[in-house]
Amino acid sequence: MSALLSIRDLRKSYGALKVTDGISLDVPAGELHAIIGPNGAGKTTFIHQLSGSLKSDSGAVHFDGADITRLSMVARVKRGLARSFQITSILDGFSVLENVATAVQARSGSSFRFLTPAASETALNAEAMEALARVNLADRAHRQAGTLSHGEKRQLEIAIALATGAKMLLLDEPLAGTGHEEGAILIDLMRQLKSTHTIMLIEHDMEAVFALADRVSVLVYGKLIATGDPAAVRADPAVRAAYLGEDA
Amino acid sequence: MTNLLLLQALNGLQFGILLFLVAAGLTLIFGIMDLINLAHGVLYMVGAYLTATFTSLTGDFFIGLALALPAALLFGIVLERLIFSQLYDRDHLEQVLATFGLILILNEGVKMIWGAAPLSVPIPDILSGSVPLIGPMRFPVFRIVIIAAGLVTALGLWFLVARTRIGMLLRAGATNAPMVSALGVDVKRLFMLVFGLGAMLAGFAGAMVAPILSVEPGMGNNILILTFVVIVIGGVGSIRGAFVAAILVGVVDTVGRTFGPIILRSLMDPSAASQTGRTLAPMLIYILMAAVLFARPSGLFPKAGAS
Amino acid sequence: MSETTLTSAADAASPARPRLAGRGALIGGIVLLALFAVLPPAATAMGDPFLVVTATRIVIFAIAALSLDLVLGYGAMVSFGHAAFLGFGAYAVVILAAAGIDDLLLQSLAAIAGSALFALVTGAISLRTKGVYFIMITLAFGQMAYFFFVSLSAFGGDDGRTLQHRSTLFGAPLIENDVTFYYIALAVLAAAFVLLRTVVASRFGRVLRGTRDNRVRMQAIGFAPFGYQLTAYVIAGALCGLAGVLLANQTEFVSPAFMTWQRSGELIVMVVLGGMGTLTGAIAGAVGFLVLEEVLSGLTEHWHIVFGAIIVLLVLYTRGGIAGLFSRLFGGRA
Ligand SMILES: Nc1ncnc2c1ncn2[C@@H]1O[C@H](COP(=O)(O)OP(=O)(O)O)[C@@H](O)[C@H]1O
Ligand SMILES: [Mg+2]
Repeated sequence: MSALLSIRDLRKSYGALKVTDGISLDVPAGELHAIIGPNGAGKTTFIHQLSGSLKSDSGAVHFDGADITRLSMVARVKRGLARSFQITSILDGFSVLENVATAVQARSGSSFRFLTPAASETALNAEAMEALARVNLADRAHRQAGTLSHGEKRQLEIAIALATGAKMLLLDEPLAGTGHEEGAILIDLMRQLKSTHTIMLIEHDMEAVFALADRVSVLVYGKLIATGDPAAVRADPAVRAAYLGEDA
Repeated sequence: MTNLLLLQALNGLQFGILLFLVAAGLTLIFGIMDLINLAHGVLYMVGAYLTATFTSLTGDFFIGLALALPAALLFGIVLERLIFSQLYDRDHLEQVLATFGLILILNEGVKMIWGAAPLSVPIPDILSGSVPLIGPMRFPVFRIVIIAAGLVTALGLWFLVARTRIGMLLRAGATNAPMVSALGVDVKRLFMLVFGLGAMLAGFAGAMVAPILSVEPGMGNNILILTFVVIVIGGVGSIRGAFVAAILVGVVDTVGRTFGPIILRSLMDPSAASQTGRTLAPMLIYILMAAVLFARPSGLFPKAGAS
Repeated sequence: MSETTLTSAADAASPARPRLAGRGALIGGIVLLALFAVLPPAATAMGDPFLVVTATRIVIFAIAALSLDLVLGYGAMVSFGHAAFLGFGAYAVVILAAAGIDDLLLQSLAAIAGSALFALVTGAISLRTKGVYFIMITLAFGQMAYFFFVSLSAFGGDDGRTLQHRSTLFGAPLIENDVTFYYIALAVLAAAFVLLRTVVASRFGRVLRGTRDNRVRMQAIGFAPFGYQLTAYVIAGALCGLAGVLLANQTEFVSPAFMTWQRSGELIVMVVLGGMGTLTGAIAGAVGFLVLEEVLSGLTEHWHIVFGAIIVLLVLYTRGGIAGLFSRLFGGRA
């Protein structure tokens, strides 16, 4: 068996602080792998390293059979590894549709085209509408993205990641800051995405994690202290002590 | 030949020292307040004018200088309170615009007060001699004084930055301004102080050149650009970088202008060499800067944490 | 919220910097160009034929400001060396004329090629840096170009050189006539306006705008900004070079003073005060700047001080330039 994403002894320090302290992990294709851990455990840093927006000090990352350790974020996206941001990062001034169409444009032909209006490229818009439909935002397509509600912006984040044509999604706390109802919509959405995408999900909401994840890893102070199926991780005494205990 | 080289190296050193005096304040302002201040060059000009005025009023260069320095400090602080303090939270473009407008105001204001004609300040008698270098060449005492004064200032700055509490805050501020304010330091006062200090240093440079250059409106414009080159090469926010880069720029520029054509003449025919030399010499420091930035996009001494 | 009344969904302003964009900007631009078109007969009717000469200058600077808007307003690159391209264009005219080539089209071609090459090389180096480094390095490259032309003693060095006559078009002295020349410059402005509006709406322009608004987001969907920003820098440089060709013909004189850093600063003032990232704003800014300069310099010898004060006050007390002021006054924005 070869994993879609394979991480070996990944490290990152800020001065004396070891934020990522020798993480090794395999995520097979089709899995939804959740990473949980207390605030400041290094989850976002880990995602930055995987997506290529932050250089690792050492270690290796293989994706889809290729060594991507030294590739830029742009090159990783082109290979099918896309991410969302913990703090919403969309193009506020663009329409919702254009946000997604821009992601489609990134993988459909050259963008060094100067004379035809991008907004009227029906092929791009059609694919973008599909992604919007998948996240239930189709009726918001022509709104300015900055005017969406917080929950809708979180949905848009996911639509943008989908539209890159990714095989695997790295989702950094997609539920961050959402209310109960908005959260339920997003959880439902991720359940559907499971059938088509490999997902690494960073999440605080335990209920969501144990409902969705095939496997769970627990990250504490830069180290994975446990990996396994949700029930086993929940029962692990080290996990209960380090994390669930203080959170419950 | 070696004599000429020595002479030009000394001239370059003196020029570099001046650049450092102007650049030191500016790089701190960039580094700590993240403020791009195009009007820093006019502070140099104002220093020269104040010195010229006070010198002619009192008839003594040293008293003139002693009066000009606190006046420049005060001027810097007033500007900071009136204008710059409102620019800290603006984006770079707005800072560029506002300080560009300020240049127009101050250059014209100087013209209105002192007239458009250049002023001259006599070199004080005790500093007007020259000392012999090897052979027939001599080097003016006043330029030696500029070099010495600049080195003393650099040393003082180093002491201030490396050895005092204010310096500790400055260093912390250059890498992480929010942290300094989180420490409960009165950032407003710190900024005002840095600004006043920067204005005074630039004014000091202006004062020291007043006797050897003509004091005229717009004299700050060219030095501003050279200061930018120094800061970019040295790394924004780094006093040490500013010092190294200022000397480098001063020497390369001065020596290049003399020796560029001489070296070229051994490679091509004299008339082509002199045209090429005249073309290349003023461009040399910009080429140097491009080369440094090509290799190190954040300068020679980038501040920690900058990517 | 009310700014949605001013902006279309496709080309909306970021909330921080209100812009007159989309349809409003298009209509504004067309109105401005139409006013320019009827200016010569109006000037004759008013018995002030010199107005055409002033207006030609405004039109030429509007082209330069338009080109800078692509870099500054759409590309998010604070370039402080843009006037260098005016110089390249202007010197293309005298240098080719000295070589016996008087044709406006050939001179324009040379100006565009020279400016594009300079933009390509200096842009590629400058874009390796960010923030204040970018501002300062573009400034320094501008100075480098300035000193290069100062050193050209064959073309007058510091003092510059007077043109024997304006360039010829199709072998004839067509642009010796001020009104004809004016309309040619205006045609270039109109064409540049249409071209840039097309470019910013294209795929390329979308990447540029996206990068301006959120660079990291664009990288996360697979766009590397460098190539797009560099291309915009080159297009803008080439267009500004063309403006330089016209400027040399308008003043019938060329000197390094065309490309001082103060001139670059003035171009930035035009673009920002007119409203960045709207194209129409760049034209309006050039008109406003040069008209104000004309009026103030008629009033007092020390007009720079008034001008500087206006700039400082506008920056301190309005955000987003004249356009921002307008949309706040009339758009009800708090
Ligand atoms: N650029 C940085 N410099 C220094 N420390 C950092 C930096 N980024 C993150 N950290 C530290 O790394 C640790 C992990 O942060 P992060 O990855 O955001 O955690 P999480 O997402 O799990 O909450 C925190 O202690 C944080 O303060
Ligand atoms: Mg996090």
